[in-house]
Amino acid sequence: MMLDGNAIGGMMLELFGREMTMVVSTCRSCGATGPLASVDVYMKAPGVVVRCRTCESVLMKIVRSPKRVWLDIDGIRMMQMEA
Amino acid sequence: MEGTAVLGRLTWQVAQVTGAKQETPRVRTITLAPPGWPGHRAGQHVDVCLTAEDGYQAERSYSIASAPEQALELTVERLDDGEVSPYLVDELQPGDGLDLRGPIGGYFVWEADDPRPVFLVAGGSGVVPLMAMIRHRSATRSTTPMRLLYSSRTIEDVIYRAELDDVAAARNGVEVTQTLTRAQPEGWTGYARRIDPDMLREVAWPPTEKPAVYVCGATLFVQAVTEGLVGLGYDPLTVRTERYGGIGG
Amino acid sequence: MTPFISRGFRGRRRDDDPEGRVPPGQYLTDDFPVLSAGPTPHTPLEDWTFEIRGGSEPLSWTWDELRALPSETVTKDIHCVTKWSKLDTVWEGVAVDTLMERAGSDHAYLLAFCDGGYTTNLPVEDVLDGKAWIAYSYGGEPLDPEHGGPARLLVPHLYFWKSAKWIRGFELRDEDDPGFWEQNGYHLYGDPWKEQRYWGD
Repeated sequence: MMLDGNAIGGMMLELFGREMTMVVSTCRSCGATGPLASVDVYMKAPGVVVRCRTCESVLMKIVRSPKRVWLDIDGIRMMQMEA
Repeated sequence: MEGTAVLGRLTWQVAQVTGAKQETPRVRTITLAPPGWPGHRAGQHVDVCLTAEDGYQAERSYSIASAPEQALELTVERLDDGEVSPYLVDELQPGDGLDLRGPIGGYFVWEADDPRPVFLVAGGSGVVPLMAMIRHRSATRSTTPMRLLYSSRTIEDVIYRAELDDVAAARNGVEVTQTLTRAQPEGWTGYARRIDPDMLREVAWPPTEKPAVYVCGATLFVQAVTEGLVGLGYDPLTVRTERYGGIGG
Repeated sequence: MTPFISRGFRGRRRDDDPEGRVPPGQYLTDDFPVLSAGPTPHTPLEDWTFEIRGGSEPLSWTWDELRALPSETVTKDIHCVTKWSKLDTVWEGVAVDTLMERAGSDHAYLLAFCDGGYTTNLPVEDVLDGKAWIAYSYGGEPLDPEHGGPARLLVPHLYFWKSAKWIRGFELRDEDDPGFWEQNGYHLYGDPWKEQRYWGD
């Protein structure tokens, strides 16, 4: 089931400490930019996988255990946000 | 202010259910009173967490149906193979508590001070956040022109039907166009098919009006409508979308 | 802090609990939930191959060649790390033993690779001796693309993220190099009976 970044708005707010759906990310693989609200999100997986809507490369992987969170954002070259 | 950052961690809080109203056989609106509610913006959602006595948990997101000026309301559709929605539609009662966090979202929101005309496209329960926008427009006495194109399966599935009829009849700058894709009642004057580029061309603002666009519904619906709008000449950056999972909710 | 208990909520779980078959922390389901980390790939069968790299010589089977190999039908319980267990699932496929016979290697580990870029790591001994299959049929029907068709790896004694969908081959290795989820918090081995879900479990 594929949703968009709005579906992980709450999770991202908790992880990053700020509203993230407006943050503009740059895909490391293809250079496409766009708000995190508009990325492809796969939530029915052992973890959350966030993919670039243009090239489908992985932007982020999020795994949560009761004690820890693992957040891989290697697929994002840059994030731009309001100061 | 757009993208208002929330400092610190969002916390879960237990809201009391203060009311429940059946909208259609499968859809129910729940009114809530969260003790620490900071207010919200039209289009935002909340995350809901259900915990069973043995600790089993399920979490889902639901769009806020109410305008910022109103008491907090969620409108939920019961999905056949859903895990959370059957509980919210069939079991939860006034007096119960509901664990929620929010409001969430800075992208899929409409503010009454946005001067652009607005085009809203809803597939099924995707109408919920768009209704919050229409209600916010009313509450602020905004004169921003709005058009809603709302796709449902049958007339019995149309959520907020009476309220939408009133809004349209008021001739106050909100136009409502409906399409029923599976069956239409006798005398039906709306559309009778899935939204397609021809329908969009007839209903949408011309792209030269540079409207703000909000599309909400199942992923495939949102993709098809977005493609159709871009094909009409809409700038994809002006089309904001929110995708609902079609299965398992 | 104890979470708020939702009055009357049970979720979509089965009531029964066959003794000894459900690993700790798991719930039973009759569904077969589709869990996916990305879009469903659709490789045409005429382009599909299964490869084993890193052995004494590179090996490759086309779809027809794979289907011509002796196959077995097996009934297995499967356990997903997202806490769902499903009993008595029926699969048909080629035992990995059959493929690895020709590999002639003494590498201790493998990295399974798939269409769509998914990978998962396994000790070679965990795919031998009747413990793993390249499965192309589920419940008597050809394996649905949503569930990994045309073929997925089936390693039921480990958490089901190891049963890689859209499998295309193995890279034999000397090190247990972590795959897609193992790099991101999931346990390197994944034994459901020891609840090895995450790093450090």
